[in-house]
Amino acid sequence: MKQNQIPLVATIAVWILLYIIASLRFPGMLSVNVLLNLFTDNSFLGICAIGITFVILSAGIDLSVGAMVGCTSIIIAVLVRDLHLHPGMAILIVLSFGIIYGGIVGSLIHFFDLPPFMVTLAGMFFARGMGFVISVNSIPLNHPFYDTLSNFGIPIGDGTLTFVALTFILITLLGIFLAHRTRFGRNAYAIGGNETSARLMGLEVGSTKIAIYAFSGLCSALAGAVYSLYTYSGNAWAGNGMEMDAIAAAVIGGTLLTGGVGYVFGTLIGVLILGVIQTYITFDGTLSSWWTKIAIGILLFIFIALQRFMSQASVLQKPKTATVTKGVKTTA
Amino acid sequence: MKSQNFFANQSFRALFWPLMALIIILLFNIFFTKGFINVEIRDGHLFGSMIDILNRAAPVLILAIGMTLVIGTGGIDLSVGAVIAISGAVAALMIRPEYLKGVLEYSQAPPLYMIVGTALFVSLIAGLWNGFVVSYLDIQPMVGTLILMVAGRGIAQLITQGQILIFVNKDFQFIGSGFFLGLPFSLTIVAFLLIVTYLLTRKTAIGLYIESVGDNPTASRYAGINARMVKLLVYTFSGLCAGIAGLIITSDIKGADANNAGLNMELDAILSVVMGGTSMNGGRIYLLGSVIGALFIQTLTTTILTRGVNPELTLVVKAVVVIIVCLLQSDKFREIATVKARRVAA
Repeated sequence: MKQNQIPLVATIAVWILLYIIASLRFPGMLSVNVLLNLFTDNSFLGICAIGITFVILSAGIDLSVGAMVGCTSIIIAVLVRDLHLHPGMAILIVLSFGIIYGGIVGSLIHFFDLPPFMVTLAGMFFARGMGFVISVNSIPLNHPFYDTLSNFGIPIGDGTLTFVALTFILITLLGIFLAHRTRFGRNAYAIGGNETSARLMGLEVGSTKIAIYAFSGLCSALAGAVYSLYTYSGNAWAGNGMEMDAIAAAVIGGTLLTGGVGYVFGTLIGVLILGVIQTYITFDGTLSSWWTKIAIGILLFIFIALQRFMSQASVLQKPKTATVTKGVKTTA
Repeated sequence: MKSQNFFANQSFRALFWPLMALIIILLFNIFFTKGFINVEIRDGHLFGSMIDILNRAAPVLILAIGMTLVIGTGGIDLSVGAVIAISGAVAALMIRPEYLKGVLEYSQAPPLYMIVGTALFVSLIAGLWNGFVVSYLDIQPMVGTLILMVAGRGIAQLITQGQILIFVNKDFQFIGSGFFLGLPFSLTIVAFLLIVTYLLTRKTAIGLYIESVGDNPTASRYAGINARMVKLLVYTFSGLCAGIAGLIITSDIKGADANNAGLNMELDAILSVVMGGTSMNGGRIYLLGSVIGALFIQTLTTTILTRGVNPELTLVVKAVVVIIVCLLQSDKFREIATVKARRVAA
């Protein structure tokens, strides 16, 4: 097993452990239905998190995903209600908006060498603000197309794999494929590992960076579409603070914020861990919602500390002159 | 350090753009907003739009002072919004401990210094935790402070049991809505903090330590600076600032709202600091720049509100401002812009 796969294995182990603990307390948790609901209820968070994983892998950050969910869901609702567009058409428009938006963000970051934190913060303000300008109130979506989509479901055991959950799973598979089987994915890892080296090696740093942010924009727009399908409405407030949950899911899933290390599959498990905590608290009924936040905080800390400890251990094992200055410091 | 020509001074050049932005928006208001510069004395207090802007900017100003030092070390503190909620929740609970059990009558509230002291002590611990995680566990500041950002709001809700804890307490309300020398008391706090921090960072070696740690932690460690201790102290100070801001907000609205107090305020604070010329890479601190940045953001928000423009547009305008500021500070953008300008001239 490779050194950097340990966090991934640890994440999976924690998820299984949490699930077992929850099932011991509430045997109902063991049903396929609950498991599939984990995918359905966390689909828009999950889709955002897959996109953000690529951004983090390339040592960037995207704060705008939550705001994009709100913005795109309200755009879909307005397009369908006021312009009487077919929802499928509206979703396509919104997806291309997401790609263009992400492309602009990526271009600003690449061409002018701006900090991703600030540019995506501006993007967050922009998307949230545009959402509010379009409509402050939530807009209901009633269209036969939406009924068709939400009636679609693959029955598995006593549960159903909904269309929303299926989208999430397909995006995850696409993400895994992109990360490990394409040049785009390899470039993303290389840029995150060391951008200067990647450039000197002749990798197309610029276009990859722009594509990464465009992919994240696409994912968040898709998440907005999924949100509108999940709630039958568009809401400019949707996804408030979701960027932090998505980052937390990626980090819990073993992706290092310094870039270059991580797995898309880990992010999926990270999202499911957040989901299990949420489900446990819902099942319990007496536990209040704030325990979710505290539990996520504690888990974040444990995982980060674990990764830190392991990367230090690996540096100590095989001291390389290049890494000594950064990794060892005064810990020895 | 002091240059003979003030205008050629490096810190002046850093302050030039944010100062221009502030002046432009102030001039705009003076010409186009009725009664903007009017300041009148009512009940011995000063009243007017400008005073109002200053008063409303107080919490972000205080956060920005702490955040400047954090960003100066090359870090970032995402948890200040959550610490605001915690500090407010602690203060409100001290005033009305029985409220959560359903008792509406007030018991004898502890003296003011106890309330303020406890809330600030808790904020100090929160800051210390951030500092410990970032400097001693060596975790990137953005994730390190993300922990408390997520968990902190949960802790605040735990303290108030998810309720909005409202209270009436004359002594405590003075912090957020009292007046001192005719000005809102919160401004006295801002001025005091600003002067102390300015003197500490510019008249002692502390500022130099912070900047050198931000510039190159390894080199500064070899130069004999305890880089970890500097970082620890800077985050602790930022936590303390957030606690003070939390007290002002809680006292102003006479209630602790764990969900919404200080929500997204960390972003405004970071924005103020970056607008003020402090680079996110660390290594330089411009306290006055951060103050100008915070004042600019507040003036902008107030202008949009008083102009009767769709208030939802505030966020979009803010987005445009952020991008412009970032572009002006980007070396690459300047390079491209000057080359273009030369070509046009030739």
